[in-house]
Amino acid sequence: MAKIELQKVEKKFGELHAVKPMDLTINDGEFVVLLGPSGCGKTTTLRMISGLETVTGGKILLDGRDVTWLHPSERDIAFVFQFYALYPHISARDNIAFPLRAQGESRHAVEQRVKEVSALLRIEHLLDQRPGKLSGGDQQRIALARALVRKPAAFLMDEPLGALDADLRETMRAEIKRLHIDQHATTVYVTHDQIEAMAMGDRIVVMSEALVQQIGPPAEVYYDPANLFVAKFIGSPGMNLVSAVYQDGVARIPGTENRCRVPAEWQPAVQSALQGEPEIILGFRPEAAHLEPSGELSGEVYATELQGAYAVLHVNVNTSEIVHIRTDRLIDYAIGETVRFSIDPKMVRFFNPKTELAISRQRSS
Amino acid sequence: MSNVELQKVSKQFPGVKALDAVSFDVKDGEFCVLLGPTGAGKTTTLRVIAGLERQDEGSVLFDGAPVDGLPPAERDVAFVFQQYSLYPTMSVYDNLAFPLRAPSRRIAEDQIRRRVEEAAETLRISHLLDRKTAHLSGGEMQRVSIGRAIVREPRIFLMDEPLSNLDAKLREALRVELQHLQKVHGSTTLFVTHDQIEALTMADRIVVLNTGKIVQIGTPEDIYDRPATIFVAQLVGTPRINLLKSRREDSTLFIEKSQLHLPVPDGKQLPSELLIGIRPEDIVPDLEGKFLGKVILTEPLGVQTVIHIRSGDQTLLSLIPGMADLRIGEEVRFKIIHERLHCFSLQGVRIFT
Amino acid sequence: MAEFAKTGPSKPVVEAIRVDKVTPGYRLVNNVRALIVILLAVVGLIPVFVMIMTAFKTRPDAISVPPKLIFTPSLEGLVFLLTERSAASPARLEQLRQAAEGEQLSLFDRIALNTGQEITGPSDYVFRLRNSLIIAGLSTIASVVLAVFSAYAFSRYNVKGKGDLLFFILSTRMLPAVVVTVPLFLMYTQLKLHDTHLGMIILYTVFNLSLAVWLMKGFFDEIPREYEEAALVDGYTRMQAFFKIVLPQAVTGIAATTVFCLIFAWNEYAFALMLTSEKARTAPPSIATMLGIGGIEWTAIAAGSLGFLIPVVIVTFALRNYLLRGVTFGAVRK
Repeated sequence: MAKIELQKVEKKFGELHAVKPMDLTINDGEFVVLLGPSGCGKTTTLRMISGLETVTGGKILLDGRDVTWLHPSERDIAFVFQFYALYPHISARDNIAFPLRAQGESRHAVEQRVKEVSALLRIEHLLDQRPGKLSGGDQQRIALARALVRKPAAFLMDEPLGALDADLRETMRAEIKRLHIDQHATTVYVTHDQIEAMAMGDRIVVMSEALVQQIGPPAEVYYDPANLFVAKFIGSPGMNLVSAVYQDGVARIPGTENRCRVPAEWQPAVQSALQGEPEIILGFRPEAAHLEPSGELSGEVYATELQGAYAVLHVNVNTSEIVHIRTDRLIDYAIGETVRFSIDPKMVRFFNPKTELAISRQRSS
Repeated sequence: MSNVELQKVSKQFPGVKALDAVSFDVKDGEFCVLLGPTGAGKTTTLRVIAGLERQDEGSVLFDGAPVDGLPPAERDVAFVFQQYSLYPTMSVYDNLAFPLRAPSRRIAEDQIRRRVEEAAETLRISHLLDRKTAHLSGGEMQRVSIGRAIVREPRIFLMDEPLSNLDAKLREALRVELQHLQKVHGSTTLFVTHDQIEALTMADRIVVLNTGKIVQIGTPEDIYDRPATIFVAQLVGTPRINLLKSRREDSTLFIEKSQLHLPVPDGKQLPSELLIGIRPEDIVPDLEGKFLGKVILTEPLGVQTVIHIRSGDQTLLSLIPGMADLRIGEEVRFKIIHERLHCFSLQGVRIFT
Repeated sequence: MAEFAKTGPSKPVVEAIRVDKVTPGYRLVNNVRALIVILLAVVGLIPVFVMIMTAFKTRPDAISVPPKLIFTPSLEGLVFLLTERSAASPARLEQLRQAAEGEQLSLFDRIALNTGQEITGPSDYVFRLRNSLIIAGLSTIASVVLAVFSAYAFSRYNVKGKGDLLFFILSTRMLPAVVVTVPLFLMYTQLKLHDTHLGMIILYTVFNLSLAVWLMKGFFDEIPREYEEAALVDGYTRMQAFFKIVLPQAVTGIAATTVFCLIFAWNEYAFALMLTSEKARTAPPSIATMLGIGGIEWTAIAAGSLGFLIPVVIVTFALRNYLLRGVTFGAVRK
């Protein structure tokens, strides 16, 4: 297993910057997720690590070895694709054995290893079938077995669950994570689904428009997003971001009576970040808002969503901004009804609208 | 707007029975969702209602009158397709105006302009009217498709998985908007999807379909709280429901392959062998909980956490709000809220009192 | 190579390319490959170059061995192509020779002097070319129009025996022309279609239909049904949907099909030779057999072929963007 380091790695296609220079260290045995919307550069980054794409600048190190210009087969990595990339004309067994046979392993060793890996993924009963007729989940398990069979230094996975049905994705997500825990394998995983990233990642690298937005464990990107993009992208629905005006310790939403008291521990940081400008963005997660008759803020119900065990209320706080509030199922709200709510002061966050960065509670030096 | 009724509609394709005596109705002004896995017959149902497909048996009624003989143009329905809905050679304005320019309608051009601009305003795409549709993002394209349907003011909106091809974030945003639009305009809508979240969040009523047959019809609360079969129970709710084979002895239910046992819910007559369903939110880690298990996986989703607990030989999924401070491999005590237990026969059918 | 693995290429790589393909000389290799391909294309076009050169050579130059690359250009070939000639009498030649010493001779007189042939009147070339234009043009239009409608039906409807019908249509192409020429000749003579424009148009239309139907069906299959279905639901009839939606989408396919049909009808030789004689004879048979004094007039043939080539080249060039799509359709999936 191995440590992967990216040092100022960048990729340009002609004049287009697909990946701006990025630094990233993936520790031995870590499960790192590259997360972002389509076109953000996450797949290109993965492909550069694997060697399927050249770098325009920077270095890639695998366990201290400079592998930037090494052939993909010499980097000791395994790649799992979104559309399985299984060879349709040979059996599942032969698909899994393929990498080992290509390396010239002995027949006995190959058989042994194939048996081990297929037991791990519970696909022994499929070994003699051709992959073409099997279900998506089975095919993806065979693809995973093929990646596992070589015991590579690192696993690179490119949206492997993207082609599967929603319920299968849930099951496979847990399986891949359990596999990772068992094998303790360094894994780099690419996805656009932030739920997958949160569920599986030890650390998440949030990317957008070729730039890294934030790197951190799930709790950190969820509770302390570094900027507006991360705040909105992580969580479903994303963080509520409301434009407000700050004055004397209170953030007011213009055009309404709504106001939110800024907790004392935030005030120094907010004041120094804003530097006299009044505009501020108030951020809070749907579960940080509580409906109560004495709440400081109020709005009109725009829509209600039952999500199973709980519901989400979408509320208009002024003419253009809608906030999402997580509520119990038991109460029914009509569209147009006025509701009052308050925000948990421990979970409120603030952002500077000009820089789009989060205001950090510690005073900047 | 109209109400639509299907009476015992069946449709056979070579080799597969797509619809088997399907009967249900969509009330005037209702948002009805047709939910089911791929191949359940949902798209076929929509196409039969629109007239694009002719059913073998049964009939379709609009406001009580059969429309079986009418071609699609005369049924006055609006259809939103999953993809390939916009004409690439035309601008957004022309795409929106297209349905109104049908020779059979004879609507004056200035009226067309007014209606197109209204629809564009509602869907917030007024700034895109002059653009060619090839230069739009996925979300914008779907808005224009929906706009094309709105502009018509038809008797019913038929939507075939319109959000499936969009990114997760876009889907969330459009879901809320669609729901708001429908409630405000009171449009009769029949919406097809395989995504249970879309069904739960948007529907007034859900019709669950599987392999051409209706499995259950009810409000989202009905479907979630009182699923008629294990198929429905597993279909809605994420993470999916825990289904455990159990046997009853006197007034205790013993879950097989584990030490777990629960009291029989009051007043229920239960067979000696059955399947019980426990929703993940009803399994709660609790320091004083009755049961013991080991944490084998945690999935922190931010707003809530899914915990995989191994108890005996069974793996249970538990859902708790917020972040959990449980470690993998840790022993955990938990309780099960047995008042909300679901009981099914071994064949998978719900047991009522 | 080991050095390269440490340092990478000298210039940053801004293409989408796999790491192992970036060898030290990879850019040079790509350029060399491109050059070879261009050379092969040039070699393939050599016959065309020879033809163009021959059209502007004098008769002795045209048949000299080894072939002359450098020559004085002459309009002889063109003139011979467009005129009928007879041998000039020795007296006439003498007259011309004397006139040459004194004044400027006209082009025709000069040619008469050099080749010994006197011009008597215009040839049938232009007339034949006109026949070609009419017959090939009209038959192409007819076959494309018919193919568009029938291919749409095959594509969208479950016609009974669709597979068999399609195979039957294709089978008309499987026979070599020569096999059916005699029966056709007999039929045409009986129907009084021999040597008529109508007869040739009908024949070419039928022959082209097979290719046209198959091509257009492929193009229509690629157009998603949802387009028309949306229009149907919106209140259009199928015909209206076809004209307003499907046809604009199918324009590239129609262009490609038109070019293929036109090329076949334009160049067709066997039927033209055997089923026409005077009134409806097209250009291909007549170009090949241009005779003059002393044997085959190579320069005239070359000039005739060049003239014959030009209309097709113009059409193909005008539709070149559509052709590229047409040639690769179905083979390249998005």
